[in-house]
Amino acid sequence: MKFARLILANLFRKKVRLILTIGSFAVALFLFTFLAVVKSAFSRGTEIAGADRLVTINRIGLINVLPLSYADKIRAIPGVKAVTHNHWFGGVYQDERNFFPQFVIDVENHRKVMSEFKVPDDQWNKFVQDQQGAIAGTTLAKRFGWKVGDRIPIKNALYGTTKTWEFNLDGIYHDDKPGGDDGQFWLQWKYFDENVPAVIKSTAGWYVLKVDSPDDAARVGKAIDAQFANSSNETKTETESAFAAGFAKQLGNIEFLILVIGGVVFFTLLLVTGNTMAISVRERTGELAVLKAIGFSGRAVMFFVLAESLAIALFGGLLGLGLAIVAIPFVGTMLRGLLPTLVLSASLLGLGLLFAVFVGGASGLLPGIGALRLRVVDALRRV
Amino acid sequence: MIRVDGQGSSNSLIQVRGLNKTYKRGGESIQVLQGLNLDVDKGDFVAFMGPSGSGKTTLLNLLGGLDVPTSGTISVDGDEITHMSASKLTQWRARHVGFVFQMYNLIPVLTAYQNVELPLLLTKLSSTDRRKHVETVLSVVGLADRMHHYPRQLSGGQEQRVTIARAIVSDPTFLLCDEPTGDLDRKSATEIMLLIEQLVEKHGKTVLMVTHDPVVAARAHITLHLEKGVLVEGSAERLAAMAGGAA
Repeated sequence: MKFARLILANLFRKKVRLILTIGSFAVALFLFTFLAVVKSAFSRGTEIAGADRLVTINRIGLINVLPLSYADKIRAIPGVKAVTHNHWFGGVYQDERNFFPQFVIDVENHRKVMSEFKVPDDQWNKFVQDQQGAIAGTTLAKRFGWKVGDRIPIKNALYGTTKTWEFNLDGIYHDDKPGGDDGQFWLQWKYFDENVPAVIKSTAGWYVLKVDSPDDAARVGKAIDAQFANSSNETKTETESAFAAGFAKQLGNIEFLILVIGGVVFFTLLLVTGNTMAISVRERTGELAVLKAIGFSGRAVMFFVLAESLAIALFGGLLGLGLAIVAIPFVGTMLRGLLPTLVLSASLLGLGLLFAVFVGGASGLLPGIGALRLRVVDALRRV
Repeated sequence: MIRVDGQGSSNSLIQVRGLNKTYKRGGESIQVLQGLNLDVDKGDFVAFMGPSGSGKTTLLNLLGGLDVPTSGTISVDGDEITHMSASKLTQWRARHVGFVFQMYNLIPVLTAYQNVELPLLLTKLSSTDRRKHVETVLSVVGLADRMHHYPRQLSGGQEQRVTIARAIVSDPTFLLCDEPTGDLDRKSATEIMLLIEQLVEKHGKTVLMVTHDPVVAARAHITLHLEKGVLVEGSAERLAAMAGGAA
């Protein structure tokens, strides 16, 4: 601690340069954290997917439907515990910006398979009895200020002509899993089936099934696909996490894009901070030499340089993370519908701080080694 | 007693024997010191003179453990420093050598007090003890009322006083002064020399000083000239005459 004054005095030697460096660090770290949050949002489906669940879709693609009759056939396959089916509704609330995931669900089996979604029994029973009923996630209900009993109009253009479907909000669910999805809107398959064109009637968008044992998932998946092989609607069955990952990839290789941008941010930051430290050390070669002359070891002088670099990284890092804490919820609101819910978790904040410390250490390393190796005699001759 | 013939007492504080230093520049070898001998006792005040490039600063660097000789030995208070490792030499410098440079070389972002305190940060002294030491030496150099000033707020003479305070604060075995008055006007130079004399006479410090100025050199107990890589004793009369001529 007795060296803190020396380190701080050197740190604040050029205030404008310090502010600019810390500022660039903060902005870069904010960008890094934002990218990490976006990546995490896209992969959250994979992370929270049930290990004992499989998803069966039409082999041609997700937009192709499957006959509803497949449900019983799948249920009959050994190892299958429960089966439910979904449809993608794809409407908007009030205007195009208010887009959120709406699923047509099978009320008889949904809770058997998707057990993490909790709905109070009285609300669920009301929903089951109300063909025009709907259930919304807590986050979604909060977003639009919905309460149980509200009438929710959803405009839809996917099925036949564009029209507004009216729903009664009978219940609000929450997802039991940490980081789970509380942003969905469910409606009843029966009401949907009665109002869609004939070509969609008695179909399912995809099936979700629960198996007796996760160890048996691969065998069950193969058995399902074998069952419908060479039919007019062949299937593709995969684990829920593989399905979620594949779904995210439909938007392009987000992970690769984020890694590339993150890499550019990292190296730019490394160069900016490294350059600042190199200039700072070069400017006071004589002073470092004097410190060595009066008895400070090479390691001590290197420590001073690294400490300055780490201090810049920590100040900049904390500022950037603070900015992220304030701005990401705001950005998330602005991009609602375009991106999954953005969640800045404690682990991401920790990762950001670790990243800052790593960049700080790495950028101070070369100038620090230069200071360590500095020959007093040569340096004093230059003064 | 100061001797340059290699016949000094084995009890000398500083004992230099057969010191050689060769630099290589662009494939050419330049021998700066050639079998130099020197004996300095505690409390001696020695001035080194010689033309530019004669090796005065090189000798000072070698005596201060900042550079290593090509051959020969340097012993200080019984410790032979020429074979010490770099880390040992660093520790040795902290304990035994006080440096005073021509350009002061103070840390500009630290106050006079903080600059003087620097060598004490390497000791186990408490902050209270460090404060006592720093205040004492700043009083000795006459800057007790300027201790919280930054170098830019001090005159050249005052900056050099801070450098001297920094050099003596850890009570080193000897002081090495490289042109301590080289960047000062005559009045400030005289004040600095009076201060160095006071350190020698009142506080028993041993001082080895490089200077170009015969007036400054005349204040030392003895002036040694570096000629062709070895030290030769200058006559007091000649120096006094030079000093008179300069004045």
